[in-house]
Amino acid sequence: MFAGLAETGGPGTPLALRGRALDARMMLRAGAGGSGSETLVTIRAGAVILVEDGPLVMPSWDFAISAAEEDWALFLRAVPPPGSHDLMALLKRGAMRFEGNLHPLMSNLLYFKLLLASLRPQPETAPEATA
Amino acid sequence: MTMRVEPIIGRYGHMEIEGRTHRVYWEEAGEGVPLVCLHTAGADGRQYRAVLNDPEVTAHHRVIVFDMPRHGKSSPAPGTVDDAYALTSDAYAAQILAVCDALELDRPVVMGCSIGGRIVLHLAHRHPERFRALIGLQSSDHVAPYYDTAWLHRPDVHGGEVCGAVAYGLMAPQSPEAERDETRWHYMQGGPGVFRGDLWFYKVDGDISGQVAEIDVAKCPIHLLTGSYDYSCTPDDTRDLARRLGVEMTEMEGMGHFPMSENPERFLDYLRPVLRTIREG
Repeated sequence: MFAGLAETGGPGTPLALRGRALDARMMLRAGAGGSGSETLVTIRAGAVILVEDGPLVMPSWDFAISAAEEDWALFLRAVPPPGSHDLMALLKRGAMRFEGNLHPLMSNLLYFKLLLASLRPQPETAPEATA
Repeated sequence: MTMRVEPIIGRYGHMEIEGRTHRVYWEEAGEGVPLVCLHTAGADGRQYRAVLNDPEVTAHHRVIVFDMPRHGKSSPAPGTVDDAYALTSDAYAAQILAVCDALELDRPVVMGCSIGGRIVLHLAHRHPERFRALIGLQSSDHVAPYYDTAWLHRPDVHGGEVCGAVAYGLMAPQSPEAERDETRWHYMQGGPGVFRGDLWFYKVDGDISGQVAEIDVAKCPIHLLTGSYDYSCTPDDTRDLARRLGVEMTEMEGMGHFPMSENPERFLDYLRPVLRTIREG
């Protein structure tokens, strides 16, 4: 679900420039408990340098963002519906949870909102724009 | 080279609010029934740039938009810059009445968004005779806390960055990017602790859920409009308020928490009929 972050947030991307002062390890969880999936995202100088899908042995992370798989799917739609278009919208309706040391997240809040939203399908480029 | 000049005039006025002299900045345009517009928490009057520039509105209304003390171009009162800031219902109402009195407005229409949409309920409760009508945008009687607002004001987090990021998410994805950028920029420019201090009113002191039944809309009509993408004040929150007030509410499709600023042209399509109704009322 989150493998694309290595490309959309990798070295040299606008996101890496935006987060240039940031080093963090973010755990992303989809689904609950043992039946859910987990993905560890390592960020260095704002660039996503590693995306590791679980199961992970003794993972170490700064903060975790967790939501049900269907709620992640709503957030990741090209045009998400109301209540799912922003991380804090999901937080407000109790569908998402932030845990751990939230300082890297809250001091780079727009970076993380845009990073995760970067996995949304992009609008198709108009043919004349590619000519 | 030519320059397009907007019809908006900006001025400063010195007025007393709760025993202190304030230098308050306001903008205005148009002539007619006074329409006082109240910006959201942590922002300033630029949010109403399209209303001030709309010929159809300003043909019938003297539109007045002031920056609350500590916001935009209205600096804190002398000697108070380092005071702890937490907006109260009394202080907010006093600011609005002071501006209306200073400008000698006769029964103005007041339109407020978010905290402004909340204070119009307090105005309806306390001073219904002073207003021709009230318009609440993103208006609810209370909001349950859903994040720790301490993150908005601490020395190890850039206040402008985090406030801008919060405002960004409150807008609808369909709103034009340039207008969304303008809207979050206002938040990025806010003074330290101001957004958080305003939220004290929004989330704590301004809770008016216990007094809604005492509001008499026969004394002062209330119009409620809420954007479909707002998660802070959802359409259902406003719908519930409208039901208890016994008034209609309009859900504005494809708009978020800052309708007049994030999608101004679309918002005007919703506002103009409301103003016509008020003028004909």
